[in-house]
Amino acid sequence: DIISTVEFNYSGDLLATGDKGGRVVIFQREQENKSRPHSRGEYNVYSTFQSHEPEFDYLKSLEIEEKINKIRWLPQQNAAHFLLSTNDKTIKLWKISERDKRAEGYNLKDEDGRLRDPFRITALRVPILKPMDLMVEASPRRIFANAHTYHINSISVNSDHETYLSADDLRINLWHLEITDRSFNIVDIKPVNMEELTEVITAAEFHPLQCNVFVYSSSKGTIRLCDMRSSALCDRHSKFFEEPEDPSSRSFFSEIISSISDVKFSHSGRYMMTRDYLSVKVWDLNMESRPVETHQVHEYLRSKLCSLYENDCIFDKFEGCWNGSDSAIMTGSYNNFFRMFDRSTRRDVTLEASRENSKPRASLKPRKVCTGGKRKKDEISVDSLDFNKKILHTAWHPAENIIAVAATNNLYIFQDKVN
Amino acid sequence: EMEDKVTSPEKAEEAKLKARYPHLGQKPGGSDFLRKRLQKGQKYFDSGDYNMAKAKMKNKQLPTAAPDKTEVTGDHIPTPQDLPQRKPSLVASKLAG
Repeated sequence: DIISTVEFNYSGDLLATGDKGGRVVIFQREQENKSRPHSRGEYNVYSTFQSHEPEFDYLKSLEIEEKINKIRWLPQQNAAHFLLSTNDKTIKLWKISERDKRAEGYNLKDEDGRLRDPFRITALRVPILKPMDLMVEASPRRIFANAHTYHINSISVNSDHETYLSADDLRINLWHLEITDRSFNIVDIKPVNMEELTEVITAAEFHPLQCNVFVYSSSKGTIRLCDMRSSALCDRHSKFFEEPEDPSSRSFFSEIISSISDVKFSHSGRYMMTRDYLSVKVWDLNMESRPVETHQVHEYLRSKLCSLYENDCIFDKFEGCWNGSDSAIMTGSYNNFFRMFDRSTRRDVTLEASRENSKPRASLKPRKVCTGGKRKKDEISVDSLDFNKKILHTAWHPAENIIAVAATNNLYIFQDKVN
Repeated sequence: EMEDKVTSPEKAEEAKLKARYPHLGQKPGGSDFLRKRLQKGQKYFDSGDYNMAKAKMKNKQLPTAAPDKTEVTGDHIPTPQDLPQRKPSLVASKLAG
């Protein structure tokens, strides 16, 4: 099924993917093994479970897709792993735990589970724990439902590890991980008269270190930073980030391509990255007037906006991510291409996630799109790009140079070549 | 002297779009487009229409293949075959025998 979200956990040992069919698949990194040196760093399936089911809200005539929009891991506190997964309407907290021991020698039941006749029991024994094949179980621990009228686009766990936010097109709610029957509304941009609606919330995230701060992005290309200490309802922002636009260059497409599809804080908490249709921008939280960096993802698409509007590709929501040291940013593009930008060297590269064009364990060859004139060998022309092969979801290991790239229904994991 | 009439690629694309769709709304990113986004998933179910369609189906041949089985909207009268099937739950209800 089509992968709809990819997320490493805090240590990077686990990688979760959600798909359009409501399933979650978790991969685990293999431990270093001297007898199989090549298996270091390989990710294998650890657990698979059905997180969400399709629903039909008869009262509102609304079909609720089971597609997993986002997965966010909780920091690990004990042997079990916890993650939040959400579809358009309902967020669920899942516990993933291992079982490698089984008790044998019960007094009241047989080994196959049948109850023993109590009158036949003449002696007491202490059950003993015996090892068994590893079993990974996933169970839903909390279900956070009925808090969103519109479609949930983001969830973000707070640095306090107790609360998290969920954002839909018009509202953002604050939850406590232990409490499912109540949530606080902290942002509401719904106009009294829906005819006056001009923008929607596209993404939201908590600051990685300051538990009172979060940001949300809009379809108009703006980002608002809110401080929950200032008031209960954060309709008034503390900071407003917007790049000034040259009014003479405004076109029909301007607002659509400025819509921010993803916002992510750097690990340091000093910067944030926003992804709009054609570029990735880095903002310094201390400067609201304009981004400090702008990286072009696929500027050659600017002369194709008419057809991209007609085939709806202009509304594709690309995500972006930082590497662990915040020195690089990655985002996806079309034709199964993805782009990486090194912020310090100012170099960027285009790579392709495709089985046909690369062999396992071989280094990826950089790709180049030819924008006009003579096409060099190995270059691909803009008109040959496959717009159905979109890489919307990517993730970067929190500490190492290992990346996960979702290409429609295939997951690719790439890592730095080990010498 | 030639007039400087360099059009940005974006504006050229805009002209192309307006040529194909002359009646395209004045407010492009505005409320119509946003409201359509908010209404994603809306599938109208009218029990009256549904029952009438069911009755009509009995009187004539069933079509061999609905042209667009996934499309159940206000324009299209839903039939039993069109409605999304609810997948069986993984966890059986405690009420089930």
